[in-house]
Amino acid sequence: MTRVTIYINGETVDEEVEDRTLLVDFLRVNRRLTGTHVGCDTSQCGACVVHVDGEAVKSCAMLAVQCEGRDVRTIEGLTDGEALHAMQKAFHECHALQCGFCTPGMIMSAVDMVRRHGAELDETTIRHELEGNICRCTGYENIVKAIRQGSREMQR
Amino acid sequence: MNRFDFKRVDSVQAAVTLLCEIEDSSVLAGGQTLIPTMKQGLSAPAALIDLGGISELREIRIEEDAIVVGAMCTHADVANSSSIRQHIPGLAHLAGQIGDAQVRNRGTIGGSIANNDPAADYPAACLGLDATILTDKRAIAADSFFLGLFETALDEGELITGVRFRHCRRSTYLKFRNPASRFAIVGVFVGRGKEGWRVAITGAGRDGVFRWRAAEEALNGDCRPQALEPLRLSIEEMLDDIHAKGDYRAHLIKVLACDAVEKLLR
Ligand SMILES: Cc1cc2nc3c(=O)[nH]c(=O)nc-3n(C[C@H](O)[C@H](O)[C@H](O)COP(=O)(O)OP(=O)(O)OC[C@H]3O[C@@H](n4cnc5c(N)ncnc54)[C@H](O)[C@@H]3O)c2cc1C
Ligand code: FES
Ligand code: FES
Repeated sequence: MTRVTIYINGETVDEEVEDRTLLVDFLRVNRRLTGTHVGCDTSQCGACVVHVDGEAVKSCAMLAVQCEGRDVRTIEGLTDGEALHAMQKAFHECHALQCGFCTPGMIMSAVDMVRRHGAELDETTIRHELEGNICRCTGYENIVKAIRQGSREMQR
Repeated sequence: MNRFDFKRVDSVQAAVTLLCEIEDSSVLAGGQTLIPTMKQGLSAPAALIDLGGISELREIRIEEDAIVVGAMCTHADVANSSSIRQHIPGLAHLAGQIGDAQVRNRGTIGGSIANNDPAADYPAACLGLDATILTDKRAIAADSFFLGLFETALDEGELITGVRFRHCRRSTYLKFRNPASRFAIVGVFVGRGKEGWRVAITGAGRDGVFRWRAAEEALNGDCRPQALEPLRLSIEEMLDDIHAKGDYRAHLIKVLACDAVEKLLR
């Protein structure tokens, strides 16, 4: 067991964890932040994407103990309060989800994409950047559309 | 995943000491290979020594005619470094094609090279750029570092600290990737340095990454892509698996190598 201090969605969490605990399990089981999903066992689907110190990572391929002293943001922490984040709103408006399983990871990746590439995201960049996120039902058309719209809204 | 002890260190020395002291211990870099293999039970170290806290390993050091990339630099660090993009464009281009954005944010050059996956990208850059692998004890030329599938010249308990790449403005990397895993089915790194052309192939060799010396010689005589036309690769030495047959890989190598040379001459 190791004692860790992690800043999760703006809150300081100070807890003992078993060393082998994956970040995704720490978030879902210990912290009940179940918006972060697990969709595969091979680090390929991206349903588990969260931000660590502002960068998108796959939380199924990182240990909770590796987050000591770091800032972790999950889909639950994207906004404070009830209002949706611009990217969430764009996914809603563009019908960029059906079952919604991949959506939290898609949105966290999309927000990181805007951080790195700015607001004027073109389709090629979005598609290249979405390689680590798999959607098994919507098809990517509306997801790409939503990210374009969301990226512009975020800059407003 | 099996139980293990997690150890934090803040210096190379401390990491090496623990690595030698604790039986069955492994170092943890970006964890993008190690953690998935531990989850699958394919690897079960007794302790993980986390290199994430050693800040000197995350540096990109600029020398007069070379760049030293710290072992813990992520693929994203290398892809985005303005000095690397300027002086060794092929290296930055290669790093930007590894895996996906999230993998590039965590995975490191040291981890990739230590692992020496036959389909990994970085080994091709190391051979193609005549790089030097720096460890806590010595400097190893890339030509004698990659020994076979997942095998390297590293001794037990030896730690990669960085990789020195000499500047090579004329360098590029073309990759035909597996669309699911994004690893290379064939990856071709071509560089034209002071000592002539270098052509390194990953993803395709039965014994892992290799230099295509016949192509280098041909290009040193005639630097047009046509110079590669008459060459034949030995199909027996190609990987042959569910992703691609040996003859297909041999063909792809030539096609990609010609394209790479053409791109460099443009
Ligand atoms: C979905 C996915 C797609 C990927 N696609 C690609 C791809 O297209 N191309 C590609 O090349 N790779 C790909 N990878 C692999 C990725 O690049 C890994 O990041 C890399 O192979 C290992 O680096 P790491 O820092 O994650 O190392 P880790 O997983 O932490 O370690 C790997 C091994 O190296 C050892 N090690 C680590 N650092 C050192 C060091 N400094 N000295 C000595 N030993 C060390 C560890 O003990 C371990 O045995 C992919 C991975 C995933 C999950
Ligand atoms: S659950 Fe993390 S990538 Fe699939
Ligand atoms: S909306 Fe169902 S997997 Fe993407």
